Amino acid sequence: MLHTVNKSPFERNALDACLARAVKGSAILLYEDAVYAATKGASTAQRVGQAAKDHKVYVLGPDLLARGFNEGQVLDGITVVDYDGFVDLVAELGTVNAWL
Amino acid sequence: MPGIDEPDYDSGVVKKFMYVNRKAPFGTIYALEVLEMVLISAAFEQDVHLAFVDDGVYQIKKGQDTKGIGMKSFLPTYRALEGYDIEKLYVEKESLEERGLTADDLVVPVEVIDRAAMAELIDSMDVVLSG
Amino acid sequence: MKFGILVNEGPYNHQASDSAYMFAKAALAKGHEIYRVFFYYDGVNNANKLSEPPSDDRNVIKRWSELAKEHKLDLVVCVAAALRRGIKDELLAEGFRISGLGQLIESGIQCDRQVVFGD
Repeated sequence: MLHTVNKSPFERNALDACLARAVKGSAILLYEDAVYAATKGASTAQRVGQAAKDHKVYVLGPDLLARGFNEGQVLDGITVVDYDGFVDLVAELGTVNAWL
Repeated sequence: MPGIDEPDYDSGVVKKFMYVNRKAPFGTIYALEVLEMVLISAAFEQDVHLAFVDDGVYQIKKGQDTKGIGMKSFLPTYRALEGYDIEKLYVEKESLEERGLTADDLVVPVEVIDRAAMAELIDSMDVVLSG
Repeated sequence: MKFGILVNEGPYNHQASDSAYMFAKAALAKGHEIYRVFFYYDGVNNANKLSEPPSDDRNVIKRWSELAKEHKLDLVVCVAAALRRGIKDELLAEGFRISGLGQLIESGIQCDRQVVFGD
């Protein structure tokens, strides 16, 4: 299963809702305003870094760049993908669950 | 409800559908329009599951009186789900507890499961729709 | 692979429709099939041909119409959600059609993957 989160962890609980219920080994894609959760230095870093040990965590590069962050500012253990990569994840990982 | 007269549809395929309710009613339209999706899916003879997590549990809280806000209550529709053979309603225990609620506060019979069980249930679905 | 896309939010207010469009374009370029794009909730506003964004901005509605034309996409607007919001046949941009919610469920049944973009 691929879980998607698109809201800032500072505004909404979608990321926490996802982390609490994504089974071990499932994948999580952060896109739109959720990309802030993938950045180093944010207070969410420890939580998300921990999650990256139990899950494959991805972040959508175009959304990251649009918001003034680059790949170098992404937490270790998180993979940056583009839209092609997003499509591949959906194709490879089965059911998609959007945490809206 | 609009659209419940959709023609019967027989694809021969039965998938596990889950509707995840994570939003409270009235403040936004999501709860109502998710419910409309759920009703339609009854006509398609799929394996339908409803999950109530986080603020979604407020959707089925007993005693809602909407007269003062000028909006229609849709609690009767939840009560009618059984008549459409939609009986797999799951409520997350932790979400209830966080809100000071128990299963007795809910208008429809549900299965209360813990967060780990909810996670496994979600993981077993073929199609997950949320609003 | 056969993908279904659900767009839950209207244009401009949310990024959902933009993300769905970018995803659809990438999927098509990779040779996947987009079985249907279904517009629900405020997403029905993506079909409103009266939308006129400033000329230096993207045109979300037109972009869907053009993608639909190029790839013969089925862009379906939910009738119940549309009527509620005043979206009727005479307002539909090219390539969109209004139909029942059953079209979404059918897409879920027919497609290998259903991808939801919302708020």
